[in-house]
This record gives sequence, C-alpha cells and structure tokens, in this order.
Amino acid sequence: MLGLRRLAVAASVHRPVRRLSTMSPPTSPILSVQPTRGLVDEKLKVVVESLPPGSPVTLHSLHHSEDEDYWEAFGHYVSDFRGMVSVSEDLSFGGTYTGKEDMGLLWSMRPVPGSRKGLRLRKMNVCSPMLHNISVYSGHVSEGFREQTPLTSVLVERWYMAPGVKRIDIMEKGVRGTLFIPPGPGPFPGLLDMWGGGGGLIEYRSALLASHGYVSLAMDYFNSQELESADLEFKYFETAFNIIKEHPQVIPDRVGMFGLSLGSLVTMHVAAESTIVKPRCCICVSGSHFYPRDRTIKEVIMEPRSNSHRLRIDENNHHVWRDMWIHLLDDPSKKVDVGKINCPILLVNGKDDQNVPADECAEDIALLMNAAGNGHLLSRVLYPDTGHLIEPPYSPHFRASNFKAAGVATKTVMLLWGGQTKPHSDAQEDAWRKILSFLQHNLYSSTPPRAKL
Amino acid sequence: MDRKRCTLKLLVQPSRGLVDEMFIILVQKAPSGFQLTVHALHKCEDGHSWEAFGHYTADTIGTVNVSEDPSLGGTYSGVEQMGLLWSLRPVPGSKPGLRLRKMNVQIPMEVTISVYQGHQTEGFMDQVPLASVVVERWYMAPGVSRIPITEDRLSATLFLPPGPGPFPGLLDLWGGGGQLVEYRASLLASHGIASLALDYLTPKITMETRKMVDLQYFEKAYKILEQHPQVHGSSIGMLGLSLGTSITLKMAAYSEVMKLRCAVCISGSHVQPVDGSMEDILKHFNKNADRTRVSEENEFIWRDLLLPVPSDLAFKVDMGRLKCPLLVVVGEDDQNWPASESAMDMKEMMEQAGNSHLLTVLSYPNAGHLIEPPYTPHARASLFRSMATREKMMALWGGETAAHSLAQEDAWRKLLVFLRENLYSGTNPGTPSLSHL
Repeated sequence: MLGLRRLAVAASVHRPVRRLSTMSPPTSPILSVQPTRGLVDEKLKVVVESLPPGSPVTLHSLHHSEDEDYWEAFGHYVSDFRGMVSVSEDLSFGGTYTGKEDMGLLWSMRPVPGSRKGLRLRKMNVCSPMLHNISVYSGHVSEGFREQTPLTSVLVERWYMAPGVKRIDIMEKGVRGTLFIPPGPGPFPGLLDMWGGGGGLIEYRSALLASHGYVSLAMDYFNSQELESADLEFKYFETAFNIIKEHPQVIPDRVGMFGLSLGSLVTMHVAAESTIVKPRCCICVSGSHFYPRDRTIKEVIMEPRSNSHRLRIDENNHHVWRDMWIHLLDDPSKKVDVGKINCPILLVNGKDDQNVPADECAEDIALLMNAAGNGHLLSRVLYPDTGHLIEPPYSPHFRASNFKAAGVATKTVMLLWGGQTKPHSDAQEDAWRKILSFLQHNLYSSTPPRAKL
Repeated sequence: MDRKRCTLKLLVQPSRGLVDEMFIILVQKAPSGFQLTVHALHKCEDGHSWEAFGHYTADTIGTVNVSEDPSLGGTYSGVEQMGLLWSLRPVPGSKPGLRLRKMNVQIPMEVTISVYQGHQTEGFMDQVPLASVVVERWYMAPGVSRIPITEDRLSATLFLPPGPGPFPGLLDLWGGGGQLVEYRASLLASHGIASLALDYLTPKITMETRKMVDLQYFEKAYKILEQHPQVHGSSIGMLGLSLGTSITLKMAAYSEVMKLRCAVCISGSHVQPVDGSMEDILKHFNKNADRTRVSEENEFIWRDLLLPVPSDLAFKVDMGRLKCPLLVVVGEDDQNWPASESAMDMKEMMEQAGNSHLLTVLSYPNAGHLIEPPYTPHARASLFRSMATREKMMALWGGETAAHSLAQEDAWRKLLVFLRENLYSGTNPGTPSLSHL
C-alpha cells in the first residue's frame, strides 16, 4: 500500500501546521464517495455536503500510476442551496469534463501538466487496486492543485479483481499466460483473451471478466521465441484454447474468444480455419481481417516497415497506420476467410480508429459473410468519434501514445489511435455493457446461441 | 438440478464494503419456485468457523432478493437484509463461549456467501454449493492511517481519516477484558473522526510494573489528540463501553484537563468511588462478589454487584457536573452491568441538577451488554478473563439475537449522528450520506 502512504504523506507535507484556537468545531464539507472499494466497471456516487450554499467548488481526482506518473481530472461545480453537490445530478461547468457526467472524474483523467508525453494508463498488477484521491477544492481551480490544500478528500480503490477470483500463472505445453478463475465451484464458461501488437502479458481485462463469472486466460503471445512459423503459431492458439476447455472448472462447449486489435485478427483467423478449436462465440474489438496467409504475426507486425510509403505522419508527428492496409481489401488471399466462421461474432469498432480501418473492414466482413450465407451470425457496433483503444469503461482515453511493437527491434513511436475523449468514453461504457450481455447470452444462457444481441 | 447446466447467478453488492454498510444479495436465474438456502461462512482470525443461513423460495422468474424476500427458516427468519452476518454463529462442534472480534483491522473479514439446493440446516461443508462468491468486510476505509502511539508510555493506536483535516477527535475505550481493541476506532475514523483506541487495563506499562494506570494516563491520551496537527483540539469527544463508561463519566465530570465536546456511554454505569483510582474502582466492583449469580447453563451474571444504585454521593459520579451532551446506550437485558438502572438514576440526578437537556438515553428491549457496531454476530455469553480473578469464566452478557442485532444497527446510526452533530458544526441533522448504512 505504498501509494497510499505516499499520498497521506504528501497531504501532511504540503499542509502548514495549523492549530485552530477558536472554540467552534470544524466546518469542513463532508465528501462521500460510494463505493470506496469497487470494481473498475462500477459506477461511483460522489456527493459533497455542508458546503456554503451557492458556492463554487472543484471536484478533483488524482491517481499516481505504477509508472510513477500523475493523472488528474476535475470538474467545476456550484453547490445548491442545501449546500450540496451531487456529481451524478449536477452539471460540471468546466474542467476536464463538462455537463452531467457521473464518471467524468475517472474517464477524463489525463497526465498532469509537465508529465512525459505519450503516456497510457494501464494497470499491470491486478492483485492490488488503483487508488484515486478524490478531493474538494474551494472555488473553480484549473491548475496548481498540488500547491493547495483541499477542503476534504477521500481515497477510493478501484479493483480489476473481485474478492475470491483466483489468479494462476500458466506455463503449459509451451503456452504462457495467466488464468483467472471466478470464485465458486463452477463450472464456468471460458474465454481466451488476446491483446494487440504491443505484446506483453496484459491481465486486467481477463481479471475483470473472471469477476463477471468467466474463466479467462490472458495470453502472452509475442515474446515467445518458439513461434517462428505461422504453423507453429496457429497451434499455439489452439493449444491455449484447449487449456481452457480442458480445465476442470470450465464447461467445455462454452469457451469463447475475445480479441482487441491484433488479437481480433487472431480470433477471426482461428474461428475460421481451425478444425480443432470451435469457439462458442467471438468478440473482436478494433480489428481488421487482413491476415496474410502462411505468414506469422511477427511478420504482420513488421509490415509497417515494408509498407512505409503508405505510412502517414500527421502534423503532431504521430504515426497513422490506418491507411497502410486498405489496399488489402481487394485481395481475398490477404484476408481471413470469414465465410467459414460458424459461431456468433460481435465486432466492436470506432469510426475514428486511426490505427486500423475498422469501419471499412467491418463493412467488408459483413459483405463476405452475407455472401457466404453466415451473415446471421454477425453483430456489429460502430461508435462515432471513437478511436482504436476501446477498453473497459471509465478508463482514460488517449488519442495517441508511445508504442513499441513487441518482440521486434523497432524504435518507440507515437501512434495515433484516434477518438475524441467524451464520445470515446461513452463508447467504452456502452461497448462493455453490450459485450457482457453478448457473453451472458452466448455462454451462460441455456438456449442455443443466436447472433443478434 | 443438473450442475453442469446450472445457470443460477449469485450477486452480492458491494463485494468490498465497510462492516457497517448494508449489502444486497441477489440470486437470479434459478428455476421458478426453486427452494434454496443462502449460506454465509467466515473463518475468523482464531481459526474458528462461523456460519449463518436462510431458507428462500425463488419467485416465478427465478429470483431471490434477500433484502425483500422473507427467510422461511435458518439462523434468522423474516425479511432480514443483513441476517447472514448478524446471525453468524460458531459451526456445530466448535468450542463453547466464542466471541467474534477482529484484531487485525488492516485486512478485511472474508465471508463466503453460497447458494445450496433445498432448505438445508446442516452438513454444508460436505456439499458443493450451486454458486458462491467471496465478500470482504472492512473495518478501515481506504486512506485511513493507522498510527501506533507509544509516547508518554501509552498503549494506544490513532486512526486518522484520509484528507487534510483537521478532524474532530475521539477517545475510544473498551471494557474489563482489556487489550488494545482497534476495530471501533478504525471504523469511526472511516467516518471522518480521528479516533484513539486506548488500552488502559493491560497496557505495556501495567504489564511491566504490575501497577494499574492512574487518571493522568487518560489525560495524556487526550493531550495527544488535542495537540495533533490534524485534529481540531476543541472538538474532542469520548466513547466508552462497559468499564469504559466509568472512565468516560469520571473524565467528563471531574477532569480539569479534558474539555470534552460530547460523550457516549454504552452499557455502563456511573456507580464508582468518586475519588478512586483504577484499583479503587475495580475493588469496589468486587466488594459484592457474593452477589454473583449463576444461570442454568453455568454462566456468570454480574449485574447485581453494583445494585442497588447507591444514594450515597461518594459512590456515584456527580452527573450534575456534566457540561457536554451525553448519549447513554443501554440494553434492557444486560446481565453483566446494571446499565438500565444506572441510566434511570443518571437521568434523575441530571433532572435535579438542571442539566438533563444534555442527556439522551437509548434503551433497547431484549438487547444485552455487548452493543457493538452493526452486522456483527451477537454473543449472549462468552468466555471472559476477569481482571479480578484472572480466570477465564463464562460471562452471561444477555440479549436475544434478533432484537440485539436490531439494537446494534439503530444505536450505531444514532451514535454517528450524535457524534457528527456535536463534533462538527453547521451540519444538517439526518445527513443523507449515512443513508447507505
């Protein structure tokens, strides 16, 4: 709980020692945040009372990340004539978000002024919570929060793991990953959870899915030295899928696949081509279906370098990859044979995805599936002004961030992901709800699965 | 029901909550009219297992909502949202006389809530439930700091709320069992009050010198709070349970050093030798040890040792001297202290002295001695190491479980409102932010 102590020390160091010699009791406002310990996809209720009536205040949230950066969000409010501010009901007049936004203090967070550039907020250790210091400041403050003393503050924990979820390191049959198992006897449906080209072992979405009742395997599929051929690579995913399927607490015919970005591509490819693995359903977030046959994923990541004439660099020096593969739309040999998919598949995309031409790909996938006669299995959602990184709700949006392709000797670049913060955050919230209901319908319901939500 | 195709879902919200927060338990997608048992299991720090359970019948859409549906039997019955916690009892085969108390407040109580098929009453551990979840119950909110205090030879722990402060302060005293018991102070800090839990019967200094503490010990504790940079020095209260009440009243009435803003006395009495030391107070209680009664189950009843309430003013705190609001909480079935009789006498004394406007008495029928924070199990009797004899004896505390649990819930809510009204100013009575309790 080092971060916690650090925040507590920060509070007492910045505050001058104050001995109030008056006889009257303190009149500080009362801040209540519910729940103080919640899952990251749960809503917060933030209420301030005992303020002077009609007075301007700022609600501020501060997070100290695992990478040692500070992130903040704030909203400007005016108390009503009972001396109250209720974030879920009152309008924010300014700050990092405006309007009636019950979760604005989380999704509108951004690195504090003076931070390093290109940051992205991701929790790597899911066994501990994210800590947010929620404070009330007098007046409408927009900067210099660290130099001022708030009127009051509380600490809030946001967890990716519900109590009782078990986390198990997997090193089996060449597959490396982390398995998350919900509490209870089971058996449970399962999910193979795959991220994108940044690689590494990203556990938070799996931990959250297990907190919702799915045995979930987060896979590390880039750093393996063994995956030198496309064939070996394909077998790796099949093996991973079977590890879940054969787990004693998993219902074997209720295992699905969940991918983001490159992970989506793998999901579609395995669903279409595998004779061994039969996912019950698939979720593909921000994915394209450009899978060069007989080539490895590593080679796919290398693609940008050889296609560098198609790479765009925008006015902010951000790399835009979305146009690099559009030409592949016309070449069937460069695309996953989606006509062979025979399970319900949900595509979640952002219209402003600057990394992958998600909109065009979704259209093409629909065309191909309709032509093949399996179009009834496809559901699509496309969110306006939403970028590539469609993550669990209330996590901050980054229009661009530092990116280093995994396992390949490339330099770090600033990749443009796209999206405008408010619509992107709304999309994350809506997408997550639809994803959970899709999974509930296809993996939990006892009726035969249907594609439409 | 085929477990392989079981789609029954169990949801408990919040999954991580404070001990005094309510939770909602929802069972969904059970077959219509399905009979089931909702079960709670807790393994305490001493390694004992505690359980509670309620019998329910799912409605036509297969739902059971513990906050709305009646339990048809089990360790509690009727509509009892929190019954699975307050009716927890040691599992069959446990040793007698157990009492559930959290000593390490930095980690939560973990309770496993499960659903079993049918209306069952035993053998839960030999079966596989249909579903189960784990719920954490915390005595400390995030951001509360725990600070051990050893200066001035005190054995105490200070709990500070998160935020810059300054906060009102509170001295928190338990009773004749001694030890440094932190859980109520940490919970009060979670509600915005800087609270100091003080061990005054078994502190290090007493263990080393074999001498009981003097009254300056309490005044030193008060000073620590008063001088703390994050505590509002003129907003300090005191709370005592059982023997802690005796100290609280003594300090409130006679201390020149302590300027208490308010006081709370739970399950105690004002009867004590007025100029007595700690030793004198304890000796006074034991003077009438022959008035000890023993119940049919061989439990010791000590309530008569201080009865009748004396009329001799040398043996009871002069309640007319009190200048601060006082909340007195008593259980009418208290078998350990004559709390009800004392409360009545305190009221009379204050009416005669003209300061009874300061007094609020909360008297709960069928509640016993150990009126604790809500949703924790009730112990009608438990093993208690008496300070006088140093032996472990089975003390009868009293109280009927359902009524006692209701009393705990009501008393805690009223206690928090009382503290907030008296330690903060400008608050609205009945603050909505307590509504989640």
